[in-house]
Amino acid sequence: MDWLAILLSLKLSSLVCGFLLIIGTPIAYWVTFSTWRWKFLIESVVALPIVLPPTVLGFYILVAIGSQSPIGRAWAVWSGHGLAFTFEGLVIASILYSLPFAVQPMAVAFSQVDRQLMEASSVLGASTLRTFIRVILPLSINGVITGAVLSFAHTMGEFGVVLMVGGNIPGVTRTVSIAIYDEVQGLDYAAANKTALLLLLFSFVVLSIVYGINRKSWAVWPLRR
Amino acid sequence: MQLSVNLKKRLSANFALDVKFSIPPGVTMLFGASGSGKTTLLRCVAGLIRPDSGQIKIGERILFDSDARADVPVPQRKIGLLFQSLALFPHLSVAKNIEYGLDGLDRSQARRRTEDILKSFRISGVRKHRPNEISSGERQRVALARALVTDPRVLMLDEPLSALDYPTQSQIIDDLRAWNADRDIPILYVTHSQREVFALGERVISLENGRILSQGTPQHVLEAPTHESLAQLAGFENFFDAAVVSINHDSGTMLCRLEGAATQVEVPLSRVEIGSKIRIAIRAGDIIIAGEFPRALSARNVVPAKIISLKREGAMIIAEIDAGKTFEVHLTPGACESLALKPERQVWLVIKTHSWRLVVRTTVSAG
Repeated sequence: MDWLAILLSLKLSSLVCGFLLIIGTPIAYWVTFSTWRWKFLIESVVALPIVLPPTVLGFYILVAIGSQSPIGRAWAVWSGHGLAFTFEGLVIASILYSLPFAVQPMAVAFSQVDRQLMEASSVLGASTLRTFIRVILPLSINGVITGAVLSFAHTMGEFGVVLMVGGNIPGVTRTVSIAIYDEVQGLDYAAANKTALLLLLFSFVVLSIVYGINRKSWAVWPLRR
Repeated sequence: MQLSVNLKKRLSANFALDVKFSIPPGVTMLFGASGSGKTTLLRCVAGLIRPDSGQIKIGERILFDSDARADVPVPQRKIGLLFQSLALFPHLSVAKNIEYGLDGLDRSQARRRTEDILKSFRISGVRKHRPNEISSGERQRVALARALVTDPRVLMLDEPLSALDYPTQSQIIDDLRAWNADRDIPILYVTHSQREVFALGERVISLENGRILSQGTPQHVLEAPTHESLAQLAGFENFFDAAVVSINHDSGTMLCRLEGAATQVEVPLSRVEIGSKIRIAIRAGDIIIAGEFPRALSARNVVPAKIISLKREGAMIIAEIDAGKTFEVHLTPGACESLALKPERQVWLVIKTHSWRLVVRTTVSAG
């Protein structure tokens, strides 16, 4: 078994999960409560990774962070090396790829909080932020946990985007799924089976946790309201 | 300190709120049927809905002024609002719910204020419980305490007690009055219950279709309703169009003929001329049924009539009676039995002159 790849995947997933909690929460809040008429366009953009082939997404991310792009150049000036085919590049790509899996469960949970509780909080003198922290967040904690777990698990299993953006550099960008692919290519079915079984068990445990804490709603792509 | 409200808010093509009033310290009832705009009005004052135009003031402090483009954000309005659903935070204990609005205070002070109000609303015993673990009466008290602990400048209650039995209700109201005795803030109490209006309010404003129909003491507004819709709410079942036949200034009465019938009735004098069309109303419970023609009676109206139907509803019989026009009369099953009332039977309706009310026919429509 390729322990280096497994450790790398765990590191990548943890980072992505952490960043998505920070980035995804305000996005989910905005998606839920904004009354902007063109909001649906942003919702579509956020949801895009769900329907887009990973290769398409990976290709555009590669172009966006490549050495020819403003982002890639800015990064190169700041860090001394490019973004493509690095671990940092992989983190950025994975964040975009897993964004809907973090945002959707949170947005659904936020939208299910009784509006009158928020109004009561506001009438009692609480700011929007305080209302969010003391009322909305505790009442939608299941959705937040679901979002975190799903984005973690989704990153663990990603393949196409990693291959496009990260390539296959051991210890840097070779994740579990790439390692399995490599093992199969090298006709080492026994090793591939071990790693694959591990990933299968992991996915099952994660989904069981999600459905366990969140029995009422469809966790992956729930209907809104 | 009084609350002054003057606002317009269009909610849909056929509903607009358009009110102007001010209420002094003490309890003012806001009375009206559902859909009359009561809750919308409260939400405008609280800042949860933005009026299209107008001004909202507490004393001299402006909360909203469309001309001056002033709109104080909800958290800074210092208004106590008791939602119909109570809106207690389900994940917080009773004590934490009450402390919620005391964010600006330091901890020990907030504790003390919370303990004080827990005691004065008699809910100290459930301070550690969650809202779903206490009785509905206790929940009302918690919600009330939570709104009051912040020392609001105005308190508004949206049908807060409608779900409670009467003793619990009046107890809570007594506690509320005791609390307000030394603070003396304006309290706006929304209800559609006539009984609550009489029991609780010093003043009443009645609202229909987004407009104020009348305001004054409960007796003034409900006992002598001058608008038909208000009369219907206040329990007047019978309405008739009539024409004035003769006026007797000495006795303060006038004789009217019900439109489309030969029946004449005597009603209290009003500023109308002979021949003018009026509309009169009477409560079904204010009509007496006599089995034979009554003599030596003080009541001036004795109208021959025939029973059309009798219907039992709870502990009451509702009789439909033809006296030229169809009257609804309420009586007890016992009375019905002792008079041997049945459809087609000849009876006499006995009505005191001053039981009749003159009502202005309202064609209040939205817009």
